[in-house]
Amino acid sequence: MLNPQDATALWLTVKLALITTALLLVLCAPAAWWLAHSRWRGKVLVEALVALPLVLPPTVLGFYLLILLGPRGWVGGSLEAMGLDHLAFTFTGLVIGSMIYSLPFVMQPLTNAFQATGRGLLEAAATLRASPLDRFVTVVLPLARRGFLTAAVLSFAHTLGEFGVIIMIGGNIPGQTQVASIAIYDHVEAMDYAAAHRLSLVLLVLSFLLLLAVYALNRRFKVMGASA
Amino acid sequence: MSIRAAFHVDRGDFVLDVDLEIPGTGVTALFGRSGSGKTTLLRCLAGLEAAHSGQLIFRGETWQDGPWQLPVHRRPLGYVFQEARLFPHLNVRRNLTYGQRRIPGAQRRVAFDETVHLLGLEALLERSAEALSGGQRQRVSIARALLTSPRLLLMDEPMASLDETSKQEILPYLERLRDELSIPVVYVSHAVDEVTRLADHLVLLEDGRIRTQGPLPELLARADLPFSRSGGAASVLRATVHRHDPVHQLTQLACGGGTLLVPRSAPPTTDHLRLRIPARDVAIALTPPEDTSILNHLPATVAAIVDDPHPGHVLVRLDTGGQALLARITRRSREQLGLAPGMAVHALVKAVALD
Repeated sequence: MLNPQDATALWLTVKLALITTALLLVLCAPAAWWLAHSRWRGKVLVEALVALPLVLPPTVLGFYLLILLGPRGWVGGSLEAMGLDHLAFTFTGLVIGSMIYSLPFVMQPLTNAFQATGRGLLEAAATLRASPLDRFVTVVLPLARRGFLTAAVLSFAHTLGEFGVIIMIGGNIPGQTQVASIAIYDHVEAMDYAAAHRLSLVLLVLSFLLLLAVYALNRRFKVMGASA
Repeated sequence: MSIRAAFHVDRGDFVLDVDLEIPGTGVTALFGRSGSGKTTLLRCLAGLEAAHSGQLIFRGETWQDGPWQLPVHRRPLGYVFQEARLFPHLNVRRNLTYGQRRIPGAQRRVAFDETVHLLGLEALLERSAEALSGGQRQRVSIARALLTSPRLLLMDEPMASLDETSKQEILPYLERLRDELSIPVVYVSHAVDEVTRLADHLVLLEDGRIRTQGPLPELLARADLPFSRSGGAASVLRATVHRHDPVHQLTQLACGGGTLLVPRSAPPTTDHLRLRIPARDVAIALTPPEDTSILNHLPATVAAIVDDPHPGHVLVRLDTGGQALLARITRRSREQLGLAPGMAVHALVKAVALD
C-alpha cells in the first residue's frame, strides 16, 4: 500500500492535527469566554485579528512566521540567544503555525457556544455557591460541548489539509516536517500519480469518516441534551 | 436581627435609590409595577447587581460596603428566579443537589427527602429538567434554593411566568414554606392577591424609590395606596383558634374584638391563623344584628372613610381590637348610616378565607 515515507508523512500529519487541536481547545476556551462576555470596546480589534487567518493567504502567514521564528526573527533569535534552537523547519514551528492557521476555526464555535449559554444559568449557579471557576467547569463547559466538538473537528480537519503555511515554515523534511499534503505534491511533481492517488484516497476517506463520526455524535448529543 | 440595606444604582434611564430595613423573620414583599425597581433591589440584595454604592448588613454581617461586595457564591442565600433557570444538562435530582453539595456538611440543615416531599417532587427526581411543566420547574427551583440551607430566601416573581393552573399549584407550597421556614423571605411581586396571601411585611416601590413600608395589614388597609384601588381590596387579620364544633363543622376563632365562626370539616392544625377578608364581604351595622344568616360580626370603630375606585362605593377602614378591617359599602349606605370616623359600629363578615 503506502510506502514507508508516505506512512510517516501521514502519521506526522495526524500527530500535528491532534496536538494543534488539543492545544487550541485548552488555550481558546478562556479566550473565547472572554470574547463572548467582554464589554470592552477594543474587543472588535481582537475579533478581527482572530478572524484574520481565514482570509490571509497561507503563504503570507507562513512567510511572516518563517521570518519571526527563524534564526534572525524576534522569536527564533531570542531562542538562539538563550542557547536554544530557532523554530523554522521544526515540528514545533509547524505546531505554532498550524495553531495560528486554525485559530478562527476553534475560536468562533467556542465563542458562539459561550454566548448561547448566557448569564442566567451562571447567576443561578453563583446563588448555589459555585465559585467562578466551578461555574465554568460545571455549567459552561457541559453546555458548550457541542461547540467544543465542532471546534475540535474543524481544527483537526483544517490542519489535516494544511499546505501553504507548512511549506513556508516547515519545508519538506521527511519524518520531521513533511506532512501528507506536501508528500502528495511531491508525488505529483515527480509524475508518480499512483502514489499521489493512494495518499489522496487515504486523506479523502479519513476526512469523510471524521465528519461522519461527528454528525453521528452530534445527533446523539442532541438526544442527550433533551433527556440526560 | 434584621437586614439593613441601602443601595444606589444608576443606569442612566433608571435610578434605584433605596434605604430600607427588612425584618429578620417572615415574608417581606417588594411590591410595585414593572419598572419600579423591585427586581433590581432583589438582585442588589443577592449581590447580582453591581450597585454603584450601597450598604448591606445581614444580621450583623457586612455583605456590601460602598463599592465592595461579598461575592454572590459566598452569601448564604437562596434565590428563586422568575424563569426557574434549571440546568438543562442535569436531571431534577442533580439540579437539586447542585447547591447542596457545595455546602459544608455541618451547615446542612435542610434535608433532601424532606424538601422533596415539601415541594411534591418525589415522582420527578429522575426526569430531565427540560421535560417539566412550568409549575414543576418552579417547584424544583424553589427546592434547589432551599437545599443550600439558606439564611435568607429571595424570590423574584416565582409565579409571574406561570399560567393560572400552575399558579394555583405553586401557591399552597409557598404558603407552607412561609409557615414552616424560620428564615426571612424577600418576595418580589406585582400581584396584589399573591402579596395578601403570602406577605407579612410590605415594601412599596415606585420609580426606584420606596414609597412606603410596613406591616401588611396596616398597608393593605390604607386607602391611599394602590392595593385598595384594584377592586380586590382585602384585609389580613390574625386569629387564634378557640375551639372546633364537629356537629356544625365550624371552628371558632378569636379575632379582633370578637369571635368568628369559620366552616371547616376538621379543626385547624395550628393555633394561630391568618385570615383574608375581602372588603366587599364586609358590611356595616350600627346595632348588633339579629335574625340574620350572617354568622360573624365584630365590634369595631370607624377609623377612616375613603373613596373607592367605583364612584358608587366607599372604603371604610375599621379598627377591631387593634387590627385593621376594610369594608366596601355603597356611598348611599354610608349616608344613610351617617358613618364618620370614631363611630362604634358592627362589622358583618360574610366570608372568611383561611390562608
